[in-house]
Amino acid sequence: MKPDRKTAAGLFVLALLAVLPPIFIWTGNPFYVDLATRLVILAIAATSLNLILGYGGMISFGHAAYVGLGAYAVGIPAYHELYGGFDAIASFSGSFQIPLAVAVCALFALVTGAICLRTKGVYFIMITMAFAQMVYYLFVSIEEYGADDGLVIDVRSELPGINLDRPLQLYYLAFVSLVLAIVIVRTIVNSRFGMVIQGAKGNDTRMKTMGFNTYIYRLTAYVISGAMAGYAGALLGNFTTFISPEMMDWTRSGELMFMVILGGAATTFGPLMGAAAFIVIEEVLSHVTIYWHLPFGLMLILVVLYVRGGIMGLIEGRWGRRR
Amino acid sequence: MAALLEIEGLSKNYGGIKASDNVNLVIEQGELHAVIGPNGAGKTTLVAQLSGLERPDAGHVRFRGRDITRMPPWRRAHAGIARSFQITSLIMEMSVIDNIALAVQARQGHSFRFLRDARRIPELREAAMGYLAQVGLADRAEAETAALSHGEHRLMEIAIALASEAPLLLLDEPMAGLGPEESAQLVEFLKGLKGKRTILLIEHDMDAVFALADRISVLVYGHVIATGTPAEIRANDHVRHAYLGEED
Ligand SMILES: Nc1ncnc2c1ncn2[C@@H]1O[C@H](COP(=O)(O)OP(=O)(O)O)[C@@H](O)[C@H]1O
Ligand SMILES: [Mg+2]
Repeated sequence: MKPDRKTAAGLFVLALLAVLPPIFIWTGNPFYVDLATRLVILAIAATSLNLILGYGGMISFGHAAYVGLGAYAVGIPAYHELYGGFDAIASFSGSFQIPLAVAVCALFALVTGAICLRTKGVYFIMITMAFAQMVYYLFVSIEEYGADDGLVIDVRSELPGINLDRPLQLYYLAFVSLVLAIVIVRTIVNSRFGMVIQGAKGNDTRMKTMGFNTYIYRLTAYVISGAMAGYAGALLGNFTTFISPEMMDWTRSGELMFMVILGGAATTFGPLMGAAAFIVIEEVLSHVTIYWHLPFGLMLILVVLYVRGGIMGLIEGRWGRRR
Repeated sequence: MAALLEIEGLSKNYGGIKASDNVNLVIEQGELHAVIGPNGAGKTTLVAQLSGLERPDAGHVRFRGRDITRMPPWRRAHAGIARSFQITSLIMEMSVIDNIALAVQARQGHSFRFLRDARRIPELREAAMGYLAQVGLADRAEAETAALSHGEHRLMEIAIALASEAPLLLLDEPMAGLGPEESAQLVEFLKGLKGKRTILLIEHDMDAVFALADRISVLVYGHVIATGTPAEIRANDHVRHAYLGEED
C-alpha cells in the first residue's frame, strides 16, 4: 500500500476532532463542542451508509430512518420508564437502550432489505425511500410519542463508567465510536466479504456466474449498515435529548447521501470529510444568509458533477468529470 | 464415456424469435464439443440457459444426472459449471488479480469472512497468480482491469473460467475480436486444456473449431441440425448448405 494523501488528510481531521473539544470548553466556546458532537455522530451514520452506497453500490435513500429508529429506541424506553406503561420496554432502561437501537435497526434492515434488494437501480432508490417514509408516517401518527411534535428524552442512556449528561464524555464516546466505525467498515471492505460486495457492485452477473449468491451478501451488508446507523441514532438521541419524525424525513436521508458523495464514496475517510464539510459549510452559510440552502445545494451539485470522487478526489488530485 | 451434461428439448422464445428451438445435445465427459452456427443462431442464448442466467421456456438440463434446469447461476458454479462471456464481463474497477482471486475465493465455501484482508491471503493470491501465469498475464496482475486491452480481457475471461476448477467450461466465442496471432495462441492453449476439462466451445472461427473439436454441433435458427465428428460435419450436405456454404 502506497502512503497516500487521503489517509493523511483523514487522520489529520481525526486528530483535530480528538483535541479540539476540550480547547473549545477552556476557551469558553461550549457551542462548538455541540457542533463537533453532531459532526461526529453524522460521520458515523455517513460511514455506515458508505458501506452499502459507496462500496456496495446500493443507493439507499432511506438511511435517516435508521438514525431515527435508533433515537426512538432511546426515547421510548426512557419515556415509559418515567411515565409508566409498556413495562416490557420500560425495563429496557438505561444500559439496554443502545443495544436495543442496534437490534431494532438490524431487524428493520433485514426485513426491508430482503424486499428492496430484489429490485435494482431507480426502483431500489424509490423503495428504500418508501420504507423510510413509512417509518416517518408511523411516528407522525403515534400521539403518545408526541406525533410530529416529537418526544423529549428526559433521561439519557446509562453506560458503565460513562456519564452521558457530561458533554465531553458524550463527545468522546461518539468520537471513539467513529474511529471504531471507520476501522470496522475498512476491515469489512478489505475482507473476503468486502471483495464480494464490491465485485457485485462492479458486475453482478459475473459474480453470480463465479458462484456468489450476491443477494445474500448484499443483504448482510445492508443489515450491518442499518445496525451501525441505528447506533449513531442512539447517540444522536442522547445528544439532542429530543427526537421527532423530522429526523427521518427523506431530506435527512438525502443529506447523508450528500455527505458520502461530497466526501468521496467508497473511500475510508470520505464520509467523515463529507460530514465535516457539511457541518462547517452549513454553519458558515447560515450565519451569512438565512437562504443558505440554495447556495449550499448548488455547491453540492457542482461537486457531484465536476469533482470525481468528492473531497477525497480533490485531495488525491483527480479533477475532471465523473465517469 | 458418460454424459456430463444432457440438454433435452430446450426451447426459448424472445418475442417471435425462437432463440432455442427444441435443442437436444449431450456433452460427454472429457470431450471438447464445439457449437457452431451463424450469428443470431442462439448460441449465446444456449450458454445463458446452461449457466442459469436465462430460464428456458421448456425442456431440461441435467448435469451429472441431476436436473439443474431451475438452479440459480451461483449454485451451478458450485456444482461445477464455469463460463466465459462472448461480450467481456469482468469487474472493471478492480485489479486483474482481484478478479481472478474472487474466482478462486468463490469455490472455497462461503465468503462470510470479515476479518482477514483478502488481498493478503497467500492461498488466494498465489492461486490467482498461477492462473494468470497460465494465460500469460502474470505481469499485468496489479493493473486495473479497465486499463487492459481487448485481447487481455479475453484472456482474463479464460483465467476466471480456469480458476473455478470447474469440470465443465462453457466458452462463448473466446476468440471474438482477437487478431490472428492471438487467436492461434489461444487455440494452442485450448489444445493443452483438452482432456483435462470438458469444454463446450462456441466458436465462429472454423479453422479453430476443426482443429480443436472432438465433436461439433451445428445450430441454425435455434435448432441443432447436425452433431458429429469434424469429418462427419464437413461431409454433411445439410450443414454445407445451411451454414458452411455461406462462409465464402
Ligand atoms: N435478451 C434478448 N431479448 C430479445 N431477443 C434476444 C435476446 N437475446 C438474444 N435474442 C435474440 O435471439 C437470437 C439468438 O441470439 P444469440 O443467442 O445471441 O445468438 P448467437 O450467440 O448465436 O449469435 C437473436 O435473434 C437475438 O436477436
Ligand atoms: Mg453469441
